[in-house]
Formats: sequence, C-alpha cells, structure tokens
Amino acid sequence: MTNNDKDDILRHTVSVLVDNESGVLARVIGLFSGRGYNIESLTVAETDHVENLSKITIVTSGTRQVIEQIKAQLDRLVPVRKVVDLTIDGPSVEREMALVKVAGEGEHRVEALRIADIFRARVIDSSNSSFVFEVFGKAGKVDAFIKLMEPLGLVDVSRTGVVAISRGAEGL
Amino acid sequence: MSTKEMTGSEIIIQALKDQGVDVMFGLPGGVLLPLYDALFKQNGLRHILVKHEQAAVHAAEGYARSTGKVGTVLVTSGPGATNTVTGLVDAMMDSVPLVCLTGQVPSSLIGNDAFQEADITGITRGCTKHNYLVKDVNDLGRVLHEAYYVARTGRPGPVLVDIPKDVLLSLGTYQTPGKNSAVEHKSYKPQVKGDTAAIKEAIDLIKKAKKPLFYGGGGIVNSGDAACTLFTQLVKMTGIPCSLTLMGLGAFPGSDDQFLGMMGMHGTYEANMAMHDCDVMINIGARFDDRVTGALDKFSPDSKKIHVDIDPSSINKNVVVDVPIIGDVAHVLEELIKHWKADQAQVNTKSLDKWWKQINDWRTKDSLKYTSSNKVIKPQYALERIRDLALETGKDTFYTTEVGQHQMWAAQHLCFEKPKRWMTSGGLGTMGYGFPSAMGVQVAHPDGLVVAIAGDGSFQMNLQEIATLMAYRLPVKCFILNNKFLGMVRQWQEMFHGERYSESVIEDQPDFVKLAEAYGALGLRANNPGELDDVIKQAYASDLPTIVDIRTDPEENVFPMIPSGAAHNEIILGPEDSESSENGGSVSSGVLV
Ligand SMILES: Cc1ncc(C[n+]2csc(CCOP(=O)(O)OP(=O)(O)O)c2C)c(N)n1
Ligand SMILES: [Mg+2]
Repeated sequence: MTNNDKDDILRHTVSVLVDNESGVLARVIGLFSGRGYNIESLTVAETDHVENLSKITIVTSGTRQVIEQIKAQLDRLVPVRKVVDLTIDGPSVEREMALVKVAGEGEHRVEALRIADIFRARVIDSSNSSFVFEVFGKAGKVDAFIKLMEPLGLVDVSRTGVVAISRGAEGL
Repeated sequence: MSTKEMTGSEIIIQALKDQGVDVMFGLPGGVLLPLYDALFKQNGLRHILVKHEQAAVHAAEGYARSTGKVGTVLVTSGPGATNTVTGLVDAMMDSVPLVCLTGQVPSSLIGNDAFQEADITGITRGCTKHNYLVKDVNDLGRVLHEAYYVARTGRPGPVLVDIPKDVLLSLGTYQTPGKNSAVEHKSYKPQVKGDTAAIKEAIDLIKKAKKPLFYGGGGIVNSGDAACTLFTQLVKMTGIPCSLTLMGLGAFPGSDDQFLGMMGMHGTYEANMAMHDCDVMINIGARFDDRVTGALDKFSPDSKKIHVDIDPSSINKNVVVDVPIIGDVAHVLEELIKHWKADQAQVNTKSLDKWWKQINDWRTKDSLKYTSSNKVIKPQYALERIRDLALETGKDTFYTTEVGQHQMWAAQHLCFEKPKRWMTSGGLGTMGYGFPSAMGVQVAHPDGLVVAIAGDGSFQMNLQEIATLMAYRLPVKCFILNNKFLGMVRQWQEMFHGERYSESVIEDQPDFVKLAEAYGALGLRANNPGELDDVIKQAYASDLPTIVDIRTDPEENVFPMIPSGAAHNEIILGPEDSESSENGGSVSSGVLV
C-alpha cells in the first residue's frame, strides 16, 4: 500500500442494526460529532417491530483507517447489534428518494415534465404554477435530476438520504 | 431467577446487594429521599457521605481500581448529577468500572425545566460506557444488573443509571440476577478469547525478534491479578525487556531487572530509546496514547507491532499494527504461553544479549537522577523517603496522586511490585482526583497504608474531603509537594514560553497545617530535608487523617521529557539539554496536560 492510498478519502455506506431504544440515534450521531467523523447522509427507521430493531444507514467518508475506526466505534456502543460495511463487505444496492418542488409557467413547465419523464419521476402534486416530483434512484441520479430542475424553477427539495441493502439471499 | 414485589428504592438496594456491592459514595437530595429512607432501614450496604459529588466519583474510582470491583456512586438530580461529570469522564478515559446512580425529577415533570432537572443521560452520553433512564419500575432490577455487567466486562467503564423519583416510590417486581450475576445481553458481547492464528503469528514474530520489547499498559491491571502474573511469567520466560505505561505500573514488578521503567513523555531514557529502536513491539493492554507515542510519524519507525487489546476500536486507532489480537489480556496471555511452551519456542538469545547490552548502556545515563541538596527538599528525595519509610511500616501500601509534576515524580520514584497499588488520573489528567480517590482506597482497605501524593494546586480542588476522612476515621496520608506553583504549568512556561509565569504562581495559599487542624485532622510540615523523615514517620504512626505540607524546591523540573511533537530519541535529559534543543528550534510547544 502506498502512502497515497493510505490518505485517500473514501466514501462508505455503513448499515447499523440497533436496538430501538430511547437515545440510540443520539448515541450514534454524538459519536460522529464527538470524534469528528463525517456524515454525508443518515437514515433511520424501525425495521423489525417484534424484535424492536431499527436500521440506520450512514454514508460517511474518511481515510481507510478512519472508516475502520468508525465501524469499531459504532460496534462499541452497547445497543448496536451489528455493523456492516456495504461498500466492501460484498455487493449491495443503494436507493434514495427525493421530493422536488418546481414552480414556473409556460415552456419551463413543459420542459420540467419532459425531464421528469426521462428520470421516471412522478408528479405527486400539481397546481397552476407548480409541480412536486417524486424521484427514486441512486444518489447520483437524484442529484442530476435536481440539478436539471434548477433553471426550471426549483424552489424546494426534501431527500430521504440513502438506504442500502446487500445483494443476494443473505440478511444482515 | 425469582421475582418479588417491592418499591423502586427497595429494588435498588436489593439489586446492589445481589451485585455484591458493600459500599457506595454519595450525597442525598430531594428526589432521592425515598431511596435514602430505604437505605436507613437496612444493614449491609454502607454509604459514605462525601462533601462534593465529584469526590464521590473519584472515591469510587479509587475503590474500584484498588479492588478490581465495580465502584458505586449515588447522587441526586440536577447539580448532584452534573457534579459527577468530571469523574465520569475520568473513569471513561482510564477504563474504571463504575455505576453511578442519579436521581431524576418525577417522570411527569421530565422536560419541563423542573426544579433540579438536568438531562444527565444526554449530558453523559458521550462520557459513559452506557447510560440508562429508567421509566418503568419493572425494568429497574434488570437495568441495574445490566449496568454492573456492562461496567465490569469488556473494557471496563462508567455506567450511569438515571432514576426518576416516582420510580423509586412505585411498586414493581424485582428480578434477581442470573448465575454469577451475568447478563445475557442481546447486543453487548465483548470478545475475551484471542484469535489463535494471530497468537501464533505473534509468537513467530517474537521468536525472530532481535530487539523485542514489551509495552504493557493499564489493560493488564484491568484484566486482573491473573493477567499480571501471566504477563510477568511471559516477560521472565522470554528474558525480553519490559516497559510500562503510567497506567500499567505494578503489572510487572518495578524492582525487577528486566523492568526499564515507565515510558512516555516523562519516562526513562532507556525505556523511550528502547521504544524507538526495538524491532518487535509487544503491546499488551495499552492504547498508543499520545503521551506515550510522541510524534506519530517518528514513533518506533522500524518495529513490527503486536497489539493485544479487548477493545477493537483501540486497534489501528493511532498506530497501525502488524498483528492485532482482540481479547482479554489474561485469556490471550494464557494461550500465548501455552503455545510458546508447546512449540518449545526460543527467543534469539544472541541478538537479545546484544540488545540488552545496548539497553544497559542507555541505563548508565541514570535518567532519573537529580541534584540532591541538604538545604532545600527536592521533590524526588521526598518521594524516596515517603516510599522507603512506607516500606518500613510493613503495611500494604497504596498510592494515589493528583496531577502535575508531583504525579510524574511519583510515577518515576515510587516502586510498584504489585498491581492495584497505584491510582492516578492518566487519560484525563484530572487535578482533584488523588485526594478523594485515596479516600475510596482506604474505605476498601481499612488496614492498608494509603498515601496520596498531592500538589499544592491540585489538593485545593477537593480538600473539602478532609471532613469526610474525619467523619469515617479514614487515616489517609496526604503529602503535599508544595512548590507554590502550578508547577507543571510553570515548567512549560519556563521551557516554551520565555519564563513568563502567567497565572501559575500560587503563593496565596492557606496554612495547610492549620487547615488540617481546623478539621480535627493531623497537620504537619517539613521545611528542609532534615525535618523530612521525622514528619513522614509521624504521619505514618498517626491513626488520624494527615495532611503533610512538604516545602519543596519551587523551581525543580521533571526530567526526562519528550516535548509534545518530538520523537522518543529527541528526549531531553535535563536543563542543559533543554536549552540546546530550544536553541535548535526543533522543539515546539504543545498542548499542556
Ligand atoms: C482540573 C484541571 N485543571 C487544570 C489542569 C492543567 N494543569 C495540569 S498540571 C497543573 C498544575 C498542577 O499544580 P500542582 O497541583 O501544584 O502540581 P505541581 O505541578 O506543582 O506538582 C495544571 C493547572 C488540570 N490538569 N486539571
Ligand atoms: Mg504545585
């Protein structure tokens, strides 16, 4: 390994299975802020009601050593059951959703609809002067869609952040 | 497991007893009155009433570190709870097992800015190993058992349990703990057994090493007496030199010829040079702290590194190692020794002899030497006398320290043959730790000789505990190495800030002898070397808590010293050395303790 590799900033998607108890999200977030790690995106929801488990998907970046630290530190939290690095522990798929509000009239409206069609974004609200689009895909696709909407009257965006899961038959 | 209906307060007392708790350190307040009432009605659980909650935590730390058991703290909501924060961070940094019970305002008032409400689980989330807010009395027993389990297993640490007043009062069912008070936890499962392949790899490295070195840390002490015995056995068996961190002192006999002394910022010349030059570094239960490594890019450049640690996050955190072994020190060493013997493994004795020759050469520098005086008391001399006269008492002696120059001199000049006899604030460097910590040690060891080595600055951070010592007749011997300075600050100002002693002079201090007497304790003073022995003997002979004001040379500095940002082989041995390096400009100022 050359020195350069060592200092390269890598982007990793980490899946964290936690006991869904009070304060658990604060513990995870506090760990990142307290130790100066990056959070590019973080999503969380309960995924197993019976077992009372939540899954947190974190997109983070850092050197290889920092990424390893992040995973070890996460694993050290008492309510954390499992930490999986979806970027290196095997193939995985990632998706994000965004709601994108575009306001405008005339040609801009038509163009917005045309681009939405290309991106397979759906209109989920419309008024005489606005649309709300729902767009799914990899984070990059969502980014591209939003960028294209900018000149067409983009007024607001809500994004879910990335959710991810490993490919194949295995569970977390 | 059996269940029983009780009030929350009764559940707490029962759970603590079932966890083997015999004493706790605390101070009551409004929301805790039901619990203190229940405490009043029972026998078997002792409560030591402190004067300040920070001291309760440090006392519990002293108790824990000198016994290997979990220390217990009990404080009220709001200010009582927030006063524990420094102690909790201290315990977190030094891996000390504690359970801190805090009272909380009634559940119905939480979030309303009620009187003496503080979000203590929020405040301490980052400085406890784990914490809990118990909202249902039926969870209380389970949570408490879990708290003790989490505190003492894996890498030990402080656990806080916040309990609202209504939970103390309501009736619920209590669950007794499982066998050996172990808890089957869903997500928390520390790894104790090391990976056999990695252990064999380590053996291979050690066999081939030409200049091997053991670097032992507080993890050995934390793992227990068995770990220290195994460590000592391994060091003796292989004949490899051994150095210890500040936290590890006592894990290997200090008087043994294979011991190179402490390493790190104020470690010995031979230990630091050996750290720098070794070709195989065997780190057992230490965490490559920056006060040990110095400049990371110049740290032990040519060595292969083996690292045994129970905490996976310690591996490759500061220093990338070649053979990581995650597991409990005792378990790993037991297996390592087993395989070593089974393989009939041998060290490379020819190379090792050469290595020892080099080390013994470094030793001739006698890096802990100091200029003695018969006019003024040198702090190092005071420590030698405190040490030697303690030996003469024949008592099992326990030392605690405050933080500063005196702490480093204590680490250098006291000698620890056994683990759990040395309690100092390493990771956090908490002034105010040592005196209350000694109180906890004395509670745990009523017949032991408990000596607190203090600085005049640090002592004044928790001196109110003289009253507690008096109340419980805890005959702690506190020696203040009084230089009328925040000495360690002064030393850095002298070395790195042009001798501008900005806010480090503390001449306006109380008469420590009269202060002791005001509390009814014994106060003594030594002004010059001639008075020293007599005063120390009087202190040791008294069954009163004793405060000894030892007037030391105010301008003495701690050497050797590796300035922060420097490498081990850039170690400064004394004042002559320090000037040349300042002129050379290679030494930069750093961040103070
Ligand atoms: C609570 C706290 N505040 C500040 C410091 C910074 N500090 C480190 S050593 C020191 C001086 C300690 O003075 P004293 O107790 O007299 O010990 P000496 O160095 O003189 O032996 C200070 C202020 C600290 N470590 N802890
Ligand atoms: Mg001082």
